[in-house]
Amino acid sequence: MNHGDLFLHVRGESTYVDDITVPQGTLHAAVLHAPIARGTIERLDSARALQHAGVVRVLTAADIPGENQIGPILPDEPLLAEREVLHVGQPVAVVLADCPRTARQALKDIELRITPLPPIFSAREAAARGHLLVPARTFALGDVDAAWADCALIVEGRAATAAQEHFYLETQGALAIPAENGTVVIHSSTQSPTGVQRQAARVLGVPMHAVAVDVRRLGGGFGGKEDQATVWAVICALGAQLTGRAVKLVLGRAEDMVMTGKRHPYEADFRLGLAADGRFLAYEVTLYQNAGSAADLSTAVLERSLFHATGSYFIPNVRATGLSCRTNLPPFTAFRGFGGPQGMFMIEAAIDLAACRLGAPRHALQRRNLLETGSVFPYGMAAENCSAAACWDAVDREHGIDTAARAAAVHNSTNRATKRGVAVMPVCFGISFTNTSMNQAGALVHVYSDGSVGLSTGAVEMGQGVAIKLRRIAAATLGIGLDCIRLESTNTTRVANTSPTAASAGADLNGAATQLACRQVLAQLLAAAAAQLNIDNAERLTIAGERVCDNGERTQLGWNELVRAAHLARTNLSAHSHYATPRLSFDRATEKGRPFAYHVYGTALVEVTLDVLRGTAAIDRVSLVHDGGRSLDLKTDIGQIEGGLAQGLGWMLLEEATYDAKGRLLQDTAGKYKVPDIKFAPAELNVDFLPDADNPEAVLASKAVGEPPLMYGIGAYFAVLDAVRAALRDAGGGIQNRYDAPLVPARIMALLAGSPRSSTRS
Amino acid sequence: MSTERRFLLNDRVCDLLSGDRGLVLDWLRRRRGLVGTKEGCGEGECGACTVLLGEPDSSAADQHAHEPDGAPLRYRAVCSCLLDLGELPGRHLVTIEGLNPPVGLNPIQQALVDAGAPQCGFCFPGIVVSLTGFFLGSADLSRRDAVAALDGNICRCSGYASILRAIDELCGSFAPRLDASQERVAQLAAWGIVPEYFATSAAHLSRCSADAQLEAPRPARSGTEAPVLLAGGTDLFIQQPELPHRCEHHAPVVRLSRRRELAAIHRSGDRLIIGGGVTIEDLKHDQTFCDLVPAAPEALDRFASTIIRNRATVAGNLVNASPIGDVAVLLLALDADVVLKSGAALDGAGSSGPERAVALRDFFLGYKQLAMQPGEVLTAVRIPLGVGNDRVSFEKISQRRFLDIASVNSAARFALQQDGTITSVNLAFGGVAPVPLLARKTMALLAGRRLDAAAVREAVGVLLGEIAPIDDVRGSADYKRELARRVFFAHALRVAPERVRFEDLL
Repeated sequence: MNHGDLFLHVRGESTYVDDITVPQGTLHAAVLHAPIARGTIERLDSARALQHAGVVRVLTAADIPGENQIGPILPDEPLLAEREVLHVGQPVAVVLADCPRTARQALKDIELRITPLPPIFSAREAAARGHLLVPARTFALGDVDAAWADCALIVEGRAATAAQEHFYLETQGALAIPAENGTVVIHSSTQSPTGVQRQAARVLGVPMHAVAVDVRRLGGGFGGKEDQATVWAVICALGAQLTGRAVKLVLGRAEDMVMTGKRHPYEADFRLGLAADGRFLAYEVTLYQNAGSAADLSTAVLERSLFHATGSYFIPNVRATGLSCRTNLPPFTAFRGFGGPQGMFMIEAAIDLAACRLGAPRHALQRRNLLETGSVFPYGMAAENCSAAACWDAVDREHGIDTAARAAAVHNSTNRATKRGVAVMPVCFGISFTNTSMNQAGALVHVYSDGSVGLSTGAVEMGQGVAIKLRRIAAATLGIGLDCIRLESTNTTRVANTSPTAASAGADLNGAATQLACRQVLAQLLAAAAAQLNIDNAERLTIAGERVCDNGERTQLGWNELVRAAHLARTNLSAHSHYATPRLSFDRATEKGRPFAYHVYGTALVEVTLDVLRGTAAIDRVSLVHDGGRSLDLKTDIGQIEGGLAQGLGWMLLEEATYDAKGRLLQDTAGKYKVPDIKFAPAELNVDFLPDADNPEAVLASKAVGEPPLMYGIGAYFAVLDAVRAALRDAGGGIQNRYDAPLVPARIMALLAGSPRSSTRS
Repeated sequence: MSTERRFLLNDRVCDLLSGDRGLVLDWLRRRRGLVGTKEGCGEGECGACTVLLGEPDSSAADQHAHEPDGAPLRYRAVCSCLLDLGELPGRHLVTIEGLNPPVGLNPIQQALVDAGAPQCGFCFPGIVVSLTGFFLGSADLSRRDAVAALDGNICRCSGYASILRAIDELCGSFAPRLDASQERVAQLAAWGIVPEYFATSAAHLSRCSADAQLEAPRPARSGTEAPVLLAGGTDLFIQQPELPHRCEHHAPVVRLSRRRELAAIHRSGDRLIIGGGVTIEDLKHDQTFCDLVPAAPEALDRFASTIIRNRATVAGNLVNASPIGDVAVLLLALDADVVLKSGAALDGAGSSGPERAVALRDFFLGYKQLAMQPGEVLTAVRIPLGVGNDRVSFEKISQRRFLDIASVNSAARFALQQDGTITSVNLAFGGVAPVPLLARKTMALLAGRRLDAAAVREAVGVLLGEIAPIDDVRGSADYKRELARRVFFAHALRVAPERVRFEDLL
């Protein structure tokens, strides 16, 4: 039997790292992390911890045979702190013991003395002091300085978004098993098997071929395991190398929350200028990204914020500046959207402010300025096959944007205790890694002599459905049934030098590679079929429905017979392929190029109700139209849209990760950090795909789907704000030019009651 | 092997060994290799570790006492990360592995797959188990009950829309086929919702534990620590994570969840007596209580989640002395008192030892301090039946509407005359003081006044003078003060909509 993942999931038979049967004598690791945000390590003594029965070894930076460094972009992140600690939660030492409880109990007997140094937590303060990861970057279009003079209205304001915890249900974890000849096999819950392999080799001081990384699946990643799975895997590998025993580390939820980074908090200053007819003429924005204490992926995240600074709109004169600010918080990291959501939130805030000043409907300004095919982005690329307006108009046609706004206004004029709010959120999201070199993938296809097929790629299944998509592509290309195709684990010894499964591009890149590999095998098989059928020209042959067809006519030669015969005839039944996305380029000197293969478009209409007395909001309805190209798997894509939306709604209305005055995470357990539950879900959700959508830039005319839907959630912020304003109008309140997300109940109350809100520091 | 530690694990009899202790979740995964049950948070907040716990139905036990097959089992979905092994003997523990059909999928699993609901898959074993709990426990297999059954199962991938579609499919196809005259388990087995062995589990359990004296307390072992009084453990095990490993090893345990007499709700004289061991979920469904306090079901719905409410007890929510307990606040408003018995009394089968009653308003002395002596057990809560004539309102504001601890919660009870004169009033607030607070000055001001907007506005000034919230992760002091003001308004609007209008207050 070859069941799909869903079958295994509902039977509880899917294997995650913590479910792997461990070898005899496996040690369990526990990590001592820094209790303060910045300081110099004066003393680190593990003698007392070693006296615990069952404790085998305590690892510190001094034990590292290779380089104490795991920074993926900049070399600024030690595996274990050496002389200084730079954030609360930074790993300092590792206890290896017979059981996880013993290991954790021994942590408190490691003596760690740190002389505190003054930390910095604010991005703006870090920027003011020049603590930037890399020099500021600016994307520019037109002449923004000159354009202000032409504007009939200029609005200025500030906006900020908070950190968001990934809350993948499966916490970070790894199991490293030492093997002969100084090698190690690592089972890791990582989106980046090659990244783990590279950093493990670096820390162990061995060549990459001495480290094999295997990933079956992840219990959720969302970007949180793109880079930040590495440290745990490398700790296990280090322990395995030094003890000769397998080492396992699965973080507890609180450990995970405290030690790992989250979505970057951003602050921004914006200025938007409009012509009298509502056209956007000029936009200037400065993004202060709180990067945390190490670069991690922050510079790439910031770059994507700049790429998405103008959202779904054409603005002829733009200056978008981004600063990656180094602070003493845990390194913030990839999270679905990867900086795009923060960039888009700022322009939506600016539009909101402009609409308020004009007294015009927000959605009228948005629709007036939507991108069209040929519209030039600040980074020089022109929009191709742009469906921004088509999606917007489809939502309007099906669900009536003006009607919804009018209905809310009628309700609000006759009700004081509840107010309705409406907002529209168009999304335009660029697909491809913005680091062009990462847009490559490999696939390895084996056809076994009984006709069954094993497929390996660089893609990691983490719930996004890449497994079913790859199997569908392979089945369609080979002309055989889905059941014939088994997707193997992602393993660095089978497909090497892979990019992380990220940037929504997993199916695009690995799907294209799968198609190429399957075509190769197919060609080899059809040549054998031609010989078998005594046909000169193999080009007449195809395979459909597990049968060889000659000029489309079914022959007597079935798939299994063909494979058997081909094998006996000594035909190569395997193929390895490599795919690189064509036509990509980006010049960081000029900040211009064609960094994206294409863009994903869509529009969501969000309707909410505010309880004015209690200061709480509920999501009544979300109606969206999404350009998904030709879906590779409809249920998967719908699931990605619904799930991404939920995370976006959570980011905007519910989830709040904040740090106290000493840099400690306030919401440091599952009980304190709130992700959407089943009753938070929108009361009504309408998801539709743009009809007749197409995409010449990706495999089988599909479109990437992972990240873009998250940004529909931004609409909820402005819908709630719309309702709050309706309540404030009753109370005679004015317009604010500050936009702080998330709009959790406490922040809604601060707006309603006009009282200061002091619980949140970040 | 003593049968005293015998229980059913899925379709097999299982004995706890002398060294077996700790959490059921760890034991399942590490000792039994049953890794379908997942650990997502270890504190009852995510539901990935949900299992079913079946036990002879105490309400039906007496009438079945002489039947060889024993009483039918009643199953509840619970968190195995907050359940220690000592709770298992005499019960039926069901994991996802025990629900899987030998081949293929059961209808719950099939509906979830058809809806495309699982993504990363990690939470789905728990979701399947919780939905099975819904099928076993819901009277009418309504959509409302199905959604409620999942109120403690966090899914980070799906956004729940696909799960809700699966629920619609399941309820649509099975609710109409429900036959109230048939025994539920037999019917579910016929549908394939539960495996066949469920039909004989009660008999199986009854036979294998026939010799065990499960109702009698276990004799205290010669421990080095004071006895642990353990009820649901849903808060205790979070406060003291090492406790599950010490239970019955270092510390003798009095397992209150096994005391049938603590799990009863009955009238006595002019009071409703709620056993301290009554779970929040049972309280929520108790018709007598809900008739007496119509605001209760909605209030208790806001308490944690189904899988927690299935274990958490009324007494537990009082003796944990949280200043923000939902039940504590509700009961304060209801003028409840608590019955305290010495723990020694509980060790005897008769449990007729000395007892005393303390008014709940005198029970909370200070932060985490109670008017309770060491060794005492809170055996019951007593509510005067007179509150049935009063108007009761419960309010809770939390960051997440459900499955969250309140920033501020509050309950109010007003006895009003025809003309709106307040003859008696209780106002209880959580999250604004070191204890669940009875706003005595505000109550004094209101008593005898006519309930109208002027009285409410005057009273709120007094209220704000007698609360002292602090900044914490649930909100700033300013925010909580604003909430206290507004939930007080909300009470007034609810209990006297004919006298107080929104416009008069805000």
